[in-house]
Amino acid sequence: MIKDITIGQYIPGDSFIHKLDPRFKILISILFIIDLFLVNNFIGYLYVLIFILFTILIANLSLKYIYNGLKPILVLLLITAILNIFMTTGKNLIWSWGFINVYKEGLIIAAFMIIRLVFLIMGTSILTLTTSPIELTDGIESLLNPFKRIGVPAHELAMMMTIALRFIPTLIDETDKIMKAQMARGADFESGNLISRAKSLIPILVPLFISSFRRADELAMAMESRCYKGGEGRTRMKQLKVTKRDYIASCSFILLFVITIISRT
Amino acid sequence: MSIKIENLTYIYMPKTPFEKKAIDDVSIDIKQGEFVALIGHTGSGKSTLIQHINGLLKPTSGTILVDDIDITKKKVKLTSIRRKVGLVFQYPEYQLFEETIEKDISFGPRNLGLDNDEINRRVQRAMKIVGLDYEEYKDKSPFEISGGQKRRVAIAGVVAMEPRVLILDEPTAGLDPKGRDDILNKIVELYKANNMTIILVSHSMEDVAKVANRILVMDKGKCILDGTPEKIFREIDTLESVGLAVPQVTYLIRELRNKGFNLSQDIFTIEKAKEELLKILKIN
Repeated sequence: MIKDITIGQYIPGDSFIHKLDPRFKILISILFIIDLFLVNNFIGYLYVLIFILFTILIANLSLKYIYNGLKPILVLLLITAILNIFMTTGKNLIWSWGFINVYKEGLIIAAFMIIRLVFLIMGTSILTLTTSPIELTDGIESLLNPFKRIGVPAHELAMMMTIALRFIPTLIDETDKIMKAQMARGADFESGNLISRAKSLIPILVPLFISSFRRADELAMAMESRCYKGGEGRTRMKQLKVTKRDYIASCSFILLFVITIISRT
Repeated sequence: MSIKIENLTYIYMPKTPFEKKAIDDVSIDIKQGEFVALIGHTGSGKSTLIQHINGLLKPTSGTILVDDIDITKKKVKLTSIRRKVGLVFQYPEYQLFEETIEKDISFGPRNLGLDNDEINRRVQRAMKIVGLDYEEYKDKSPFEISGGQKRRVAIAGVVAMEPRVLILDEPTAGLDPKGRDDILNKIVELYKANNMTIILVSHSMEDVAKVANRILVMDKGKCILDGTPEKIFREIDTLESVGLAVPQVTYLIRELRNKGFNLSQDIFTIEKAKEELLKILKIN
């Protein structure tokens, strides 16, 4: 039921990619996105595709998870394709019906956009699939640290993200439980018109809000009773360490970056 | 009103790394009027099993017959199952949501499509059964009463649906000793007065020994023991091997038997133990 939702799901593993320093993974992912927008021909995307498939292979991920990540954006892809195909004007008219004109340029741009979006999701999925939420926030905090001087609350942001991520599964579980409890009392969430469906959510939302507030309160108390008072002077049990792996990964990515820049036309 | 579970298997999150066989080929036959206790270690599949009986979960394979109707079939109307089988979840007070206690208890009956007079009758009856005074509590908010009272309101919410089978998942968890006894006594009263079928999930062997006339023991998704309390509580070694125990008093009786006292091994309530021990003391 509701448990089937996967938001940035982490697949535990022991691969080369899993063991990379999260800071490197985040930086590489950001540069990867930039690279995607620098590529301007299909040859460049061929290199990118090889790189992605190679990464998926060594990360030992099943393609099913990547596909699951793409599913939510199928509609977006479709809209992108339609808009680009019908809105682009060019020289080579392929098909025309009434005021609708399809040009060769439009088809190419549509294909381009879709490839770009798919690669974008694939690349970032690899990051979230191979990096645990805790590692991810640790990495973000560490990367944001230099910006503390200009007033970026790096630790607080990371802590907020950690807590939010930590509570996603808890809240999903809780929602599932409350939904089932109300269903056992005969509640029906599937039939009826929009208004009655919205109304049928009240028996879920009220208990969910109450328990969320209770949890937040308890968590704050538990943190304070362990002397938590923000990031000042806090040390960590697991220090992030840069290893040979990270240099290897960086070098291979830089190689991709250079190749795609050269292949630009 | 019988429940027949045949070769029930449920796989949790199939085809993912989190795949887990929560229920493994379980077959159970529960007759009308039985008071069944379902015991097992945390994660043994008890809660998953009871959710199947109410139609909340669909089995991966196997059938569940409630009143000879296979509720695993797609076309079965779930409201008709929920009319027959009531399920009280663990910590049911977290499902309360209405402004007043009366409204909250009437949520279930209203979903059954009953008319107002009938709903009102059922709410009053349910509140009486769980020991809440109707006039005093009906207009109070369910969020301003104590934990034990919230629990009663939540149980009343299911009782008001007047099911023939009532399933309770650890109804006494987290209550103080008096609250536990109160709730348990109310359940026994309800059972005796209505010839209902009760399935009670519990961790407390003392509670189980006091009320149940049949015990099912689950371990790792399998139903490993099934029988009367007398039969089950003799299997001390099996129970301990799956992380359970027998009532404290049974351990005491076992020690005494080992020391040569002539006591029956079927003693697992304090009342019975007192009786038997007094007999022996009088003889000596």
